[in-house]
Amino acid sequence: MASVGKIARRTFLIGSAAIAGGVAFGAYMVNRPIANPLLEDLAEGEAAITPFVKITRDGVTLITPRADKGQGSYSIQAYLIAEELDMDPKDTIRDPGLPGPAYYNAEVMAEGSPLPAYDDSATAETIRSVLRVVPKLFALQMTGGSSTVPDMYEKLRHAGAVARETLKQAAANRTGTPRSALRTEDGHVITADGTAIAYTELAAEAAALEPITDVTLRDPKDWRYLGKPGLTRIDMEPKCTGAEKYGIDLAFDGMLFASICANPGIGGALERYDASAAETMPGVRKIMAVKAGNAGVAVIATNTWYAIQAVNAIDCTWVAPAYPASSAEIFDALEAAVDDPETLDHRQRDEGDVEAALAEGAVFEAQYRIPYLAHAPMEPMNAIVRVTDARVDIWTGTQIPLFIKTRAAAMSGMEAERVFVHVQPMGGSFGHKLEMTHVEQAVEIALSMKGTPIKLTWSREEDMTHDYPRPASVMHGRGKVKDGKVDTFDISVSQSAMAPGWFGRLSGLTIPGPDATITTGSWDQPFAIPNYRVTGYRAPDMVPVSSWRSVGASGNGFYHDTFLDELIHQAGADPLEERLRLCMHAPSRKVLETVGALSNWDGPSMGENRGRGVAFCMSFGVPTAQVIEVTNTELGIRLDKAYIVADIGRVLDPRNVEAQLFGGLIYALSHAINSELTYEDYGPVQTNYHAYEGLRLYQTPQIEVQVLEEMPGIRGVGEPGVPPAAPALGNAIFAATGQRIREMPFNKHIDFV
Amino acid sequence: MRLTVNGTEHEVDVEPDMPLLWVLRDELNITGPKYGCGIAQCGACTVHVDGLAVRACQLAVGDLADGAVTTIEGLAQPDSLHVVQQAWIDHQVAQCGYCQSGQIMQAAAFLDLNPEPTDEEIDAAMSAILCRCGTYPRIRAAVHAAAAKLQEG
Repeated sequence: MASVGKIARRTFLIGSAAIAGGVAFGAYMVNRPIANPLLEDLAEGEAAITPFVKITRDGVTLITPRADKGQGSYSIQAYLIAEELDMDPKDTIRDPGLPGPAYYNAEVMAEGSPLPAYDDSATAETIRSVLRVVPKLFALQMTGGSSTVPDMYEKLRHAGAVARETLKQAAANRTGTPRSALRTEDGHVITADGTAIAYTELAAEAAALEPITDVTLRDPKDWRYLGKPGLTRIDMEPKCTGAEKYGIDLAFDGMLFASICANPGIGGALERYDASAAETMPGVRKIMAVKAGNAGVAVIATNTWYAIQAVNAIDCTWVAPAYPASSAEIFDALEAAVDDPETLDHRQRDEGDVEAALAEGAVFEAQYRIPYLAHAPMEPMNAIVRVTDARVDIWTGTQIPLFIKTRAAAMSGMEAERVFVHVQPMGGSFGHKLEMTHVEQAVEIALSMKGTPIKLTWSREEDMTHDYPRPASVMHGRGKVKDGKVDTFDISVSQSAMAPGWFGRLSGLTIPGPDATITTGSWDQPFAIPNYRVTGYRAPDMVPVSSWRSVGASGNGFYHDTFLDELIHQAGADPLEERLRLCMHAPSRKVLETVGALSNWDGPSMGENRGRGVAFCMSFGVPTAQVIEVTNTELGIRLDKAYIVADIGRVLDPRNVEAQLFGGLIYALSHAINSELTYEDYGPVQTNYHAYEGLRLYQTPQIEVQVLEEMPGIRGVGEPGVPPAAPALGNAIFAATGQRIREMPFNKHIDFV
Repeated sequence: MRLTVNGTEHEVDVEPDMPLLWVLRDELNITGPKYGCGIAQCGACTVHVDGLAVRACQLAVGDLADGAVTTIEGLAQPDSLHVVQQAWIDHQVAQCGYCQSGQIMQAAAFLDLNPEPTDEEIDAAMSAILCRCGTYPRIRAAVHAAAAKLQEG
């Protein structure tokens, strides 16, 4: 294991390499040679490096390998490079690059750490440093887990700085002045006499130099872009003019359009099908059974509409999958696993003596549940695949390009080096695009029609039916109060394992050991309760499940905070004051105090039929508190105001951070109020937005956001806004009505305006 | 079959019951209008027909008659963005951006009919278009700003 520590310390090394027409700056892998993803298309010199910056006579290209699903990652990655490179990203070419192992994501597994994020002891940091090595060894180029900024913060600025200093050295050699006498501005090196030399002019000379790697990153107070309130997203204008091209918008000469109906019972086979009605429909070119990913029948036609119409005319007979057919049976299985010693998965929190505390006197008990949820991003799953004898090309919006590359290579019998995954901007994901069933199906179709680009588009109904959902789960809570304080808190959560099934689908490998997602967001909260226990129970595998924005914390944040709120009310304490008293982590306390001040908190009651709720969850290392105010009107509950406070360590893009936080709250409320997948006959009943209502503008409260920067390090913000929203709303409804809702969606129990 | 989109006349050879959305996207490669649901629930496909906002997924191309179609690509003037587009950029509204063509087309048609809307009228009109990222607070602000700009003239 010695080598693990060594790799962990030497996380990355920025170097340079000559390329056709210029120079590239990027990552050298230190311990193992890593195949270069651009090897196929570039000159020999470039094979030595995986670039973040490429400079040729024709322009400056910034490589932003973390995928953009709407969270602004392309923009912030470009600004991180640009800040040190001294160049406006709007004057550059941006390219996500072709996927390659050297773009591994070191931070993506941090949330699976056996130590809570508030623990910054040396031991905790050592364990986290080892967890950073695992993605490297597996070459895990992945976008997720709010990890882009933590992972890329140093790497990309470092790449920009090495490029800048090396370009300055090239100018120093040319002009015969020392590098220290030169400065840089807007893509140019400026000499002492004010002469400006464009980076593009220096590319060839810089390529011949040893890179200047002894660089010091700029002090944040000197930043020009990062942290500035006026910073704007580089993809904003094209998204407001229709110019932005998502994967679903691409077209190629000779392309045909496919759609598919697969077994609603995921994993079940196709028994037989009758396509006689579809065969003669307009535009239909081919109908075929598809086995890859999820068995079904595909239609290939001259446009997507004809393909979808013909798919709807096919009569399929399915083989049942290996899980229970209905939600009723599924919840029975979840309930059966709670508190069953045989299904104990893990207990990462066990403080005081819960058993002794619960053995005497009155115990407060409550039972909770949450449903399966679809991700339902606006852009349905799609992929374009073209197979020739020489190569496989795949154009798709995805968070997992390397898994796709490996799978397509296996399916086609092609070497992985001949499979090219062109990652496209995504119209949302929320975790949906951590899966690749649609790509496997498109590859199988394209393999049968070599030379023809095939665009497979799932209908919305297909997308909802085959959306590996957020796991359903149940929770049983037991607690006690003493002397007006919360004294004992004991919750047990039962859920099917999530991570092993997902990783198995992508890699064919198994993940041994417990599944942390069962209690992530509940066991790891920064509170000190005298008797405090959180236990995860592993229900059988049922509907195959996956990561959904904020992953385990999406449900566990609701369980933990709502049950805490119940106990606080049992104790007769103030919800905010008691959370503050119990919280033993200074930045988290500050977050709670700040949300109290922002919302003018003076207790949960706001007069007749009005109430406010506070909730807290630390997820992805970000302590986040929210207050929601509601009114109980004759038409139902109306959401009046919401307040969000989070501490992400350092803010790089203030307006986008605000947008991610209120977007997280709205996404969470959409599901807390309105949405669930219920299963009948192995498939979900809700297959389009009319039955799976997201929040609309008229239901959206006024929202105020405040961001703190007192946590050590820097954190991502795409997910932490989600977990506190449902409990804050539920706690507010209790304050306004006296009704405690312990099941999502809340509209099963109370009406909303 | 002939249709006029963004001032340009096109000839397409499709079934008359094919929705305008798919004619635009797959036959004419005009991809600003998006497919989200196919049942007029999300509004990502919203375009203007003779200045009115319609869901292109529900309008059969054969029923278009002589209606002139404008998509997000045809909203701006050659030398300047539409007031609504500029307000969207100023307020940094878009996240994934997939629904924003529909949001902007809805807002532009709405303000054309109702240049001095109240909060409630904005909420009602814009609730027709679904955003899964949750950009609503900035949509609300941007529509207000665009309305103010239009009143300035």
